[in-house]
Amino acid sequence: MSEKIATRDAYGEALLELGKKNEDIVVFDADVGSSTRVKHFAGEFPERFFQMGIAEQNMVGTAAGMATCGKIPFVSTFAVFGTARVADQVRNSIAYPNLNVKIAVTHAGITVGEDGATHQAIEDIGIMRSIPNMTVIVPGDAVEAKEVVKAAAEYDGPVFMRFTRGGVPVVFDEEEYEFKWGKVMPIREGSDLTIFATGVMVGEALDAANRLKEEGIEAEVVNVHTIKPIDVEGVIASAKKTGAVVTAEEHNIYGGLGSAIAEVLGENHPVPMKRVGVKDTFGRSGGPEELMDYFEISAEHVMSAAKEVLKRK
Amino acid sequence: MTKIKQLEDKAREIRRSILKMVGAAGSGHPGGSLSATDIVTALYFKEMNLDPHNPDWDERDRFILSKGHAAPVLYAALAEKGYFPKEELQTLRRLDSHLQGHPDMKKTPGVDMTTGSLGQGISAAVGMALAGKLDQKDYRVFTMLGDGEIEEGQVWEAAMSAGHHKLDNLIGFVDNNRLQLVGKTEEILDVHPVGEKFEAFGWHVIEIDGHDMKEILKALDEAKEVQDKPIMVVANTVKGKGVSFMEGEAGWHGNAPNEEELKKALAELH
Repeated sequence: MSEKIATRDAYGEALLELGKKNEDIVVFDADVGSSTRVKHFAGEFPERFFQMGIAEQNMVGTAAGMATCGKIPFVSTFAVFGTARVADQVRNSIAYPNLNVKIAVTHAGITVGEDGATHQAIEDIGIMRSIPNMTVIVPGDAVEAKEVVKAAAEYDGPVFMRFTRGGVPVVFDEEEYEFKWGKVMPIREGSDLTIFATGVMVGEALDAANRLKEEGIEAEVVNVHTIKPIDVEGVIASAKKTGAVVTAEEHNIYGGLGSAIAEVLGENHPVPMKRVGVKDTFGRSGGPEELMDYFEISAEHVMSAAKEVLKRK
Repeated sequence: MTKIKQLEDKAREIRRSILKMVGAAGSGHPGGSLSATDIVTALYFKEMNLDPHNPDWDERDRFILSKGHAAPVLYAALAEKGYFPKEELQTLRRLDSHLQGHPDMKKTPGVDMTTGSLGQGISAAVGMALAGKLDQKDYRVFTMLGDGEIEEGQVWEAAMSAGHHKLDNLIGFVDNNRLQLVGKTEEILDVHPVGEKFEAFGWHVIEIDGHDMKEILKALDEAKEVQDKPIMVVANTVKGKGVSFMEGEAGWHGNAPNEEELKKALAELH
């Protein structure tokens, strides 16, 4: 397996770089800056770093107010506290007036690990995806995460970004990688089925595809970094090509990537489909890799899902 | 004519506009608009540094109506100030109108922040005040909350934050009319005493009669002198102020007057 880097680390580095280039970037923290990695920005640009304390609702509203004055606020906390806890503030103070606030959350999904269910966001993508004006991006590795942060800063409007606590295999080449806003990214050619994957599941999907090849199955792997707006044409094109689809996400099977892909295909090009994700249940304490197995979302489970849809093809 | 008299006349005109637009819309919130009228009038016609021809002017003072349901008083003041034609007030809440049921900064010129979900406006005000400090600008940020609204926990997060950051460019008002949608604030969730609470969070508190123009202007003068503390003016007001049959009646929180009631109300405001 290749080198592993937590996408939160890439976020922290990218934010620091952005801070050097753009004086309008301001960063908000709710007493978790050492964990979300905004500490690097805080150390370099203390005057543009706002420690808001354990008061997330006010943090979100304050960021909205600052955005009306031309600043580009990055609001960071853990995924559970940056979404469900502040859903109404995000909805009414940021998304409805379409303000230029970036919500960058870390510690998403069950790979948070030992802290357990209260700290494992499995509904964050679903919440953010259902709010008008909100863009939802989940980078698949550290290389992509850095480019996502840069692109989000250049985009005028609310963006939700989801980063991991734990290490994620680096799957992209830093020299070659190009982030295309709102476009799916095919990363492995295949003709038997398509695996649409996002976040930590991109690496798992590639692993699954390589192992499926040994069994004579050619899986196409498509990285869906931008879950909203979903790339309708790109999704349809790959489904048309392969005729069977598996989705893979470290999120509830309701409301996230699987739902987004099912919406597109259901209306445009129905094919046999299976969603790999957390099956509408809360997480629990354990090691990240143990939990991936326990909740049946690791590469083995992507493989099983692939074989199941092929039977229905 | 004295300045006080001019402002009182303006407030009466704004009260008439509130009643007419809510009457035309057939829905809306007259009670809390009328209780806030004198303060909003003082802000827009005496205190704030504004340019109605350039609503997004960087250096302008900001006003955030945190109690967003009192939108009619804000719209009336903006129209009176020249941000848009007064006739448009009669389109309030209609599909083809830019005047939404609650303030929308992207639809209505002069609205500095979208509000309506209670407790959120004060946080936005904190953000604008912090931005002003960061950019070393002289503008000030005014916000108005309802005494019912301050039951929201976010208000106290914001209050703590403003105190912590010593935001002396932030001036808040609590429209302390002691009534909320269902009934008396003290019976629903007693927030009183209000002033002591904000004081405990590090604010400079001034308590006034929110319908006495002299006291309002005096409080605004005092606010200018305060350093290193945000300022909260606790304004004791009467819900429905200016219309005898609306005064002190929670029932007029969110109900529009019918044609007859409107006529009667306007007759009292000549």
